[in-house]
Amino acid sequence: MALLEVEGLVKHFVAERSLFGRALAHVRAVDGVSFSLEAGKTLALVGESGCGKSTVSRLVLRLIEPDAGTVRFDGRDLLALDANDLRAFRREAQIIFQDPYASLNPRMTVGQILSEPLALHDLVPAARRRERVEELLRLVGLEPRLARRYPHEFSGGQRQRIAIARALAVEPKLIICDEPVSALDVSIRSQILNLLRELQGRLGLAYIFVSHDLAVVKHIADRVAVMNLGCIVEEADADALFAQPRHPYSRALLSAIPLPQPHAKQARVMLEGEIPSALNPPAGCRFHTRCPFVVDRCRTEAPELVADGAGHATACHRVGELPSADAILPAAGRFTPELAKLVAAFSRKTEGAGPAGVGIQSAKPTTT
Amino acid sequence: MSVSPLIEIRDLRIRFHGDDGRITHAVDSVDLSVANGATLGLVGESGCGKSVTSLAIMGLLPKQSAEISGAIRFDGLDLLQTPDQTLRDLRGNRLAMIFQEPMTSLNPSFTIGDQIIETILRHRGGSRRSARERAVELLRRVHIPSPERRIDEYPHKLSGGMRQRVMIAMALACDPQLLIADEPTTALDVTLQAQILELMRELKAASGAAIILITHDLGVVAEVCDEVAVMYAGEIVERAPVDELFSAPQHPYTVGLLGSIPRLDHRTEQLATIEGMVPNMAQPPAGCRFAARCPFVLDACTRAPPPLVEVTPGHLSRCIRAPLERLVS
Repeated sequence: MALLEVEGLVKHFVAERSLFGRALAHVRAVDGVSFSLEAGKTLALVGESGCGKSTVSRLVLRLIEPDAGTVRFDGRDLLALDANDLRAFRREAQIIFQDPYASLNPRMTVGQILSEPLALHDLVPAARRRERVEELLRLVGLEPRLARRYPHEFSGGQRQRIAIARALAVEPKLIICDEPVSALDVSIRSQILNLLRELQGRLGLAYIFVSHDLAVVKHIADRVAVMNLGCIVEEADADALFAQPRHPYSRALLSAIPLPQPHAKQARVMLEGEIPSALNPPAGCRFHTRCPFVVDRCRTEAPELVADGAGHATACHRVGELPSADAILPAAGRFTPELAKLVAAFSRKTEGAGPAGVGIQSAKPTTT
Repeated sequence: MSVSPLIEIRDLRIRFHGDDGRITHAVDSVDLSVANGATLGLVGESGCGKSVTSLAIMGLLPKQSAEISGAIRFDGLDLLQTPDQTLRDLRGNRLAMIFQEPMTSLNPSFTIGDQIIETILRHRGGSRRSARERAVELLRRVHIPSPERRIDEYPHKLSGGMRQRVMIAMALACDPQLLIADEPTTALDVTLQAQILELMRELKAASGAAIILITHDLGVVAEVCDEVAVMYAGEIVERAPVDELFSAPQHPYTVGLLGSIPRLDHRTEQLATIEGMVPNMAQPPAGCRFAARCPFVLDACTRAPPPLVEVTPGHLSRCIRAPLERLVS
């Protein structure tokens, strides 16, 4: 049985009210989203700004209440939980936000930040909390002595590690990562991605990974759901999606990413026009205003998300007739043999290196 | 090439004097040049000095706190010695800049037309009517739909991608010889980024302007740049033609950067990481600034600052261990 099952999730926000408080306009942020997630796996939700991916992640945790749909976690119906049960559920599912500068309380030390969930859920007796905090810091590659410091004393990457440690404090089964590396520099980004993968392997965590960065998603996800204007347009295993994207929107997204490979032969699917507003999404297929393959039927009839035998689901009327997507990602992006060796030598040596004068330990775990 | 470059920076040093008396070495001994029609990528992470360098070219650093030395020669003029009045004539005219945040760099209380027309009138003169015609033409060039109507709209009515196009139209208003684009697509979604990059390529082909593109995204660099300079802690650590940089980088920092990005075009199990942190620029280290994070470090690296030397023709590296191929063969 899947750890998380989401069925027909809908959330409309009121965008405008009349003088007497009657809703005049709605933003259809999430409009019928269904997916499931196995324990220990990673599902990525990808799409552009305003596609509803962050809203979905909050609905799953019931940080906001859905208008319709069901969320089942470990067989329980989340929407039926009362306040006490909901708090208990929060032990099992946690969230990490994009901005590590905003998500940590500046007036609390790291030790206090990490003890709070332990106390709140009464997980560890007060006397042993300090020990557990030190363990958590080691788990995310920070030195235990840093527990006495305040968030402002840390860099962005270190703060994101603290946020991860806080999420891990309650030993959750699911962590929602909402753009966890978008605010970080490239070299720090890879540290956090490696850490997330390593923790998943060791602790059997499931992730919902919300991101607009498809290269990051390819690196971390087992399954990918591409969202456009509140709906999932394609959902498939990561390998299948990146090898053969089917929906025209997925193809456009993938082909739009500049590859770190000069003169890459990339068949661009250029989208014309602007992203329509979720305030007033187009009728029929919501992508039809920008789709290069649009036909009349797309303008009137919304396509269903239909899965093939291999579990590759696409919501497009013309999915069978589209040209091959082979050229969207050129395969020949390999490093030259010398460079591959050099990169390997670079990683090997840094892994063995001790803390470089600051509070980051090597990301290798120390089991205690 | 024997043609003299359009812009040539020699030994640029920028120090900031903080209120608390601390001095930050933001940029140190930077040498750069860009020829007409070429695009130079300036790459590096937050705080490496790439944006400060570009602001120095534009003469936009605060005079009270920034101490600048060296020379920035633009078409025979040393911009650092040029009086403010002359600089104002150059900016927006022969020198133009696009910033990262199109939301904050447009004035919300004027229509986009007013803002483009103002630039044209200031530098080119002529009638308001002809300036307006030119503004419509510019908006059309950056692919804004129905420009005759859009020109009278206020910035808040436009989406992020449209605003960035307006910024580009404004930068192009007087056919600049040098365009500096500071993270022009970072705030945009990928499909819009692709449109804007396409637009920049078109404009480069059409106008022959030189472009300095500041970015942290190596994909963007690979796509639009001819030459790349990698900056680390205020210094240029590597300079190379774009193909060379991606196929045979000669500085360990560049190797780390290339190894640390997740790739769409091939599979990597474990990403390379650059451990440690950027040095404190109030007290830069005596030797190589990357030494504390470098896996290939030798004792000699920490003793004296390494010079930027030519490893192969046109490919410069500030690393005493270059050529790096020796380390793995």
